[in-house]
Amino acid sequence: MRKIVSLSLACIVLLSTTVLAADSTHLNNQITVKPDADNAGLKLLPGFGALKVADNLGRTRHLVVNAQGDIYTKIMGRVASEKGIVKLHDSNGDGKADVITSFGNYGGTGIAIKNGYLYASSDEEVFRYKLDDKGAVLDTKQPEKIITGLKKGNQHETKSIALDNDGNIYVNIGAYSNSCQIEDRTKGSLGKMPCPILDSAGGIWQFKTNVLNQTYAQGERYATGLRNVVGLDWNSQLNQLFVMQHGRDQLHDLFPELYDERANAEKPAETMYAIKKGTNAGWPYVYYDPELNKKMVAPEYGGDAKKESTDPAFSNPTMAFPAHLAPNGLLFYTGNQFPEKYKNGAFIAFHGSWNRAPLPQAGYFVVFVPFENGKPTGKWEVFADGFSGMEVVTGTRGAAHRPCGLAQGPDGSLYVSDDVKGTIYRIVYNKETK
Amino acid sequence: MKAIKYGVVTLTAFFLINHQPISATEQPSPSTLKASIGRGKELYLLQCLACHQVDGGGVPHLNAPLDGSANVKGNNKARLIKIVLNGLKGEEIEGEAYGNVMAPHKDLTDQQIADILTYVRNNWSNKASQITSAEVKAVRAKNK
Repeated sequence: MRKIVSLSLACIVLLSTTVLAADSTHLNNQITVKPDADNAGLKLLPGFGALKVADNLGRTRHLVVNAQGDIYTKIMGRVASEKGIVKLHDSNGDGKADVITSFGNYGGTGIAIKNGYLYASSDEEVFRYKLDDKGAVLDTKQPEKIITGLKKGNQHETKSIALDNDGNIYVNIGAYSNSCQIEDRTKGSLGKMPCPILDSAGGIWQFKTNVLNQTYAQGERYATGLRNVVGLDWNSQLNQLFVMQHGRDQLHDLFPELYDERANAEKPAETMYAIKKGTNAGWPYVYYDPELNKKMVAPEYGGDAKKESTDPAFSNPTMAFPAHLAPNGLLFYTGNQFPEKYKNGAFIAFHGSWNRAPLPQAGYFVVFVPFENGKPTGKWEVFADGFSGMEVVTGTRGAAHRPCGLAQGPDGSLYVSDDVKGTIYRIVYNKETK
Repeated sequence: MKAIKYGVVTLTAFFLINHQPISATEQPSPSTLKASIGRGKELYLLQCLACHQVDGGGVPHLNAPLDGSANVKGNNKARLIKIVLNGLKGEEIEGEAYGNVMAPHKDLTDQQIADILTYVRNNWSNKASQITSAEVKAVRAKNK
């Protein structure tokens, strides 16, 4: 990254002026950027507008915005040399990234900033980079490796991260299985008892932010029974970790005598959990039925679609959402730009379903969940829609964009990443917009 | 509308196929290409659609696409037949990795596998030759 910046003196001059410009904008807490004429193709609520900050960046997963308004986003999958993390800088204050640089040689999903460090994950490790007082990475080539040797299968391999205010980092280690069947995703195959995956995956592990080369031995299994979590956030108001679980797939394919196609499309719920140390969400033994509002025994473990689980070991979700929508981003909004009702509520980016077929797919939107007294009100509303570019998504491949990561800017703007085309959206509120 | 249509077709297929036990010794009558495609479509809705989707596009990074796939349209019929029989796990397909495993489908008859493969080779943008139950039988015999 440094190399690119040092290519041109003019570029550096431009950079320093814009940092100042951006800062003064934020101090005024006024939104000076203009939404795109078509709101970047999104459908938003009245008063909100959106612009494309950048496009065609690759598989942009989670993202974070530093105090200067620069964006760092993590690229998933196989990445070209020094293309693992992309930094976006807007030098003229129009909201569009015009200096795009990159670094890092590993693909991944997780990225976060805390106390002067940028944290980023591959599918097996977590690194951190010291930031300077302008929020720029000091040494892009030699990050500190703080966590290593995490389990990675072919599915649910990404490692999302969140940090608390006490020097801990929380890492999702997804279960490399759908439902811990003896034969994964095979009709009628029963569940392994006990599920051996849970010793090193299917949960959230806690590590220290400032210790190098931590392995499972130094970490702690903080929560278990979580099939896969992509969206998670530390709620600083409640001083608590919240996660969004991707519920299991294929109830009909695997147990057609118990679940018809409609039941398959509507069950199980995607679930939010307020995590306490030791929380067990129950995967793979139970799933949450959003129609019965109960934890049900999974068919791999003796369930018959009607048998409720009464095992006290398993926690209830804080909130349930429709099945298969794939929550990939969770963000508690603490900004002042949006109207008061959004403060301390949760935004969730739903990547969009595939396992509702032959019924139409669903999701592909960002929703808002109001919180009162530290608890969700139980209602949610679609906040931003239209990512897929289709009225009805009948095949996942056809979706033009799929929302994945969420981040809040220093001025309270909401940023959304798309991992199909690599579009970064910025959503702003302007009272005068009708 | 499309979804409703698919729902009806699926439901019909469900009753036709799932509620009539298929005996392994049952010998279907020799089929024309068109008839095989027709049967293959109904079987696809039951056996394949959840992962490979209505449009044959699969699910990016999770389930491989069939529409436009060189493997599906290609001449290596034995490989295709083996994929249905044995499933697939952790293998890159045309340079892409896919997260989900494909389960084995040894329980399908030779004719059913032939019909499904003939259908996917001749649907969406695909156009390729028929696969016969005799070809499936020969591959199955040599399959461990």
